[in-house]
Amino acid sequence: MNKIKHYLNSLFLLELMRGLYLTGSHLFKRKITVQYPEEKTPQSHRFRGLHALRRYPNGEERCIACKLCEAVCPANAITIASEAREDGSRRTTQYDIDLTKCIFCGFCEESCPVDSIVETRIFEYHGEKRGDLLLTKSQLLEIGDKFEKDIAADRHEDAKFR
Amino acid sequence: MMSDDQIKIEIDGRKISADKGQMLIEVTDKNDIYIPRFCYHKKLTVAANCRMCLVEVEKAPKPLPACSTPVMDGMKVKTRSKLAIAAQKSVMEFLLINHPLDCPICDQGGECELQDLAMGYGSDVSRYQERKRVVMDKNIGSLIQTDLTRCIHCTRCVRFGEEIAGIRELGATGRGENMEIGTYIKKSVVSEMSGNVIDLCPVGALTSKPFRYSARTWELVQRDTIAPHDSVGSNIHLHIKGDKVMRVVPAENEAINETWISDRDRFSYEAINSDARLHFPMIKEDGVWQQVDWQEALNVIKEKLGNILNQAGPAQLGTLISPTATLEELYLAQKLTRALGSNNIDSRLKQIDFSDQLVTPRFPWLGQSIVDFEENQAALLIGSNLRKDQPIINHRLRKAALNGASVMVLNPIDYEFNFPLDCKIISPPNSITSELSAILKAVIKLSGEKVDTAITKLLKDVTINKTHQTIADTLFNNDDAIVLLGNFTTTHPQLSLLRTLSGEITKLTHSKLGYLSDSVNSSGAWLSGALPHRLTSGSKNSNIGLSSHEMLAQKLKAYLLLAVEPELDCWDTRLAQQAMQDAELVVALTAFQSEALNNYADVLLPIATFTETSGTYINNEGTVQCFNGAVPPQGEARPAWKVLRVLGNSFDVDGFDYESSAEVYDESIKAIGKIEGDNTNQWQLTVTAGTKKQGLQRITETPMNMIDSLTRHATSLQKTNDVADGAIHINSTLAKKNKLSNADDATVEQDKQQVTMKVMVDERVPDNCVLIQSAHPSQIELGAAFGSIKIGKQ
Repeated sequence: MNKIKHYLNSLFLLELMRGLYLTGSHLFKRKITVQYPEEKTPQSHRFRGLHALRRYPNGEERCIACKLCEAVCPANAITIASEAREDGSRRTTQYDIDLTKCIFCGFCEESCPVDSIVETRIFEYHGEKRGDLLLTKSQLLEIGDKFEKDIAADRHEDAKFR
Repeated sequence: MMSDDQIKIEIDGRKISADKGQMLIEVTDKNDIYIPRFCYHKKLTVAANCRMCLVEVEKAPKPLPACSTPVMDGMKVKTRSKLAIAAQKSVMEFLLINHPLDCPICDQGGECELQDLAMGYGSDVSRYQERKRVVMDKNIGSLIQTDLTRCIHCTRCVRFGEEIAGIRELGATGRGENMEIGTYIKKSVVSEMSGNVIDLCPVGALTSKPFRYSARTWELVQRDTIAPHDSVGSNIHLHIKGDKVMRVVPAENEAINETWISDRDRFSYEAINSDARLHFPMIKEDGVWQQVDWQEALNVIKEKLGNILNQAGPAQLGTLISPTATLEELYLAQKLTRALGSNNIDSRLKQIDFSDQLVTPRFPWLGQSIVDFEENQAALLIGSNLRKDQPIINHRLRKAALNGASVMVLNPIDYEFNFPLDCKIISPPNSITSELSAILKAVIKLSGEKVDTAITKLLKDVTINKTHQTIADTLFNNDDAIVLLGNFTTTHPQLSLLRTLSGEITKLTHSKLGYLSDSVNSSGAWLSGALPHRLTSGSKNSNIGLSSHEMLAQKLKAYLLLAVEPELDCWDTRLAQQAMQDAELVVALTAFQSEALNNYADVLLPIATFTETSGTYINNEGTVQCFNGAVPPQGEARPAWKVLRVLGNSFDVDGFDYESSAEVYDESIKAIGKIEGDNTNQWQLTVTAGTKKQGLQRITETPMNMIDSLTRHATSLQKTNDVADGAIHINSTLAKKNKLSNADDATVEQDKQQVTMKVMVDERVPDNCVLIQSAHPSQIELGAAFGSIKIGKQ
């Protein structure tokens, strides 16, 4: 019985037909290929990309140099030095993130008590020289300033889950 | 067999024996059963006001605080029962009501007792909706930062002030929620041990000001070392981040510093990171300083010093070394100086009277161990500001005094003590000897023993008053009495007479004689043979070299300085400065650069500080303490023992092929032999009484934060009160006589040198005396630490 089944299957190329049917059916389905960089995939508001340091609306930097992100970072990518600023507040003098070490786990963002260090949706960045991927405090603040609106919107969307 | 004082109790089902009268928490601590606590501290009295240590005791109706519940026979305690945990959790909830949630910016974060216990006993969500308490911060000086909103009212700091520091500086005002910790009248905390409240505070209410916000506790690596200032060699932990010392905290050593350290030991680390550090070897060529490498600097020394040694003879070389140097450095310095043919090496920079140096003890020994001070029944302090000069010894003596010991002082200045004194004599420097003679005369009468005729002759014209008699009686009638010679006596022009008088007093009263040394390694300096008259073995040097003062007075051609700033450290500052300026070659091994050094030195060699080198200190009681380097030396600086080794090699002298400081240590400790303090009968019998000078007398003291180059470069210590103020301190009588008042400019004249100094009216100074604090640039020109002085209105 099995022998006959096998004989008929191979005579009429049924497996080939089934395969061609599957392939052929995609001709009529919606295409999912994205024409990057002209087109882009949708992103979650929890996307973890390039880091940024945020400021309060009054322009004061949020970071208070508590160093929890430095302590929690599993890749030791963050380096912080702190001091008492002239007005007596606790501030960083150095805040470096080595992107070549970073594994984008998002722990830094989670540990931050003041929502200062965040991971933005930016993932398209590159470095041309050694050291280009070592972000300093001023660079991080700059990214934060530039994308504050998007960052704030993402945090707002996520707030109900926190 | 159990002694009568032992009882049996049961804790969490474990049968434990305890001493009668012990508090429950002492028993649990001893048996590694943890009970949470905030206000209890083993060195302070029990306050029982935090209530965190509540435990369940069977048959007691309510939970009891373990810190104030004495153990009783058959007691059954449950530390982890439902009732106990519920009680502890409730207490925690109350404590957290007013505690701010600022752990991320709090310096205590990571080592906070409240934070730790909140993890175990705190709840996730606060039920408290009302307003939180806010307390304004107070500025209490340059060392301690306050954040009083964080205070949980454990009152450890208040009890420390009362019980340990001996001055009630911090106190609690108000009741209940309005209770606040503060100084009574808005003022700074001035205790020399005040930094200890930083360690005591279980929360971040009192933190270190110099350390503020500079690092988190989890980033710090701990290394052990010995503090380089107090003569006891307090044990400390260095907290290091990367290559930088971030702070200093005490290490526990019951035999030396218990759990306390003085402020200068705690905050002098700032000097290590000071901008004044010398990072490269420098040479002066035609008056211009040049940065060079080590080899070139060594070549210059070899050439210049070699020329002087060949042409003028080795006796033209003098080595001045600080008693803060390690044993290894002191040993190598004397070995090198002697190998080059000179015997002129000295570490007794602040001494002037060397006449009895051949009969003095092997090293300035304390006369007993540090712990023994607690057992003393009577003590006579001669020329000592014990509280500031030897804070740890003062703390021990204070314990004895509070237990009823009679402490008596004979001082040139009416120094403040933090315990009651039985009697005190305040006398100008030139009559201190006659006061002491009177005490001796009274003692001789009491004892009825015969004394040497030289002594009888000396005491012929002395009259005894009531105070002298009381002191003599007290020393004579107490079994465990000690006579201590303080820092002031070392600088006294009649040190040998003071030594003889106090020696005879101790002999006749069967009490101990003790020397309070002024630096951490004074004992090591004597033992290592860094002296002109004695070798490392302690035997007399056949060819006695020049003492520190003679070296300066004779104006040698070449000087080798090790961690010494002669114009600040020496007895005669003007003479020292001139000798340095007139010398052909001054080679300075120094950790710090200074204008004065730049002015007179020819070669500067950068050396490591105590955190950057391995070494050994021998403390005042003769305890040898070794330590390792904790951080690498800054820049091109090298440990001084290595520099001395290479100097030895470059002069081709034998025996300088050491590979480690341990080899130097082994060699030196072998040469020293047994370290045994013995002060008995080590004084001259034939002494002459000094002539009494008329007119104003100068008194010189070295404030506690000016004693060495480290403390002088520690920024926060320099903002405290214990620094040289560059003023003349005179009492109001003398001020009125000269028509001077506070903050006036006065002309001060000594040895025909005139300078202008500010006036400070200071009632502690006796009549006809002028107190000047040493190590201040304004007084260098005046010169000698003692002598006649004139003041006038400008």
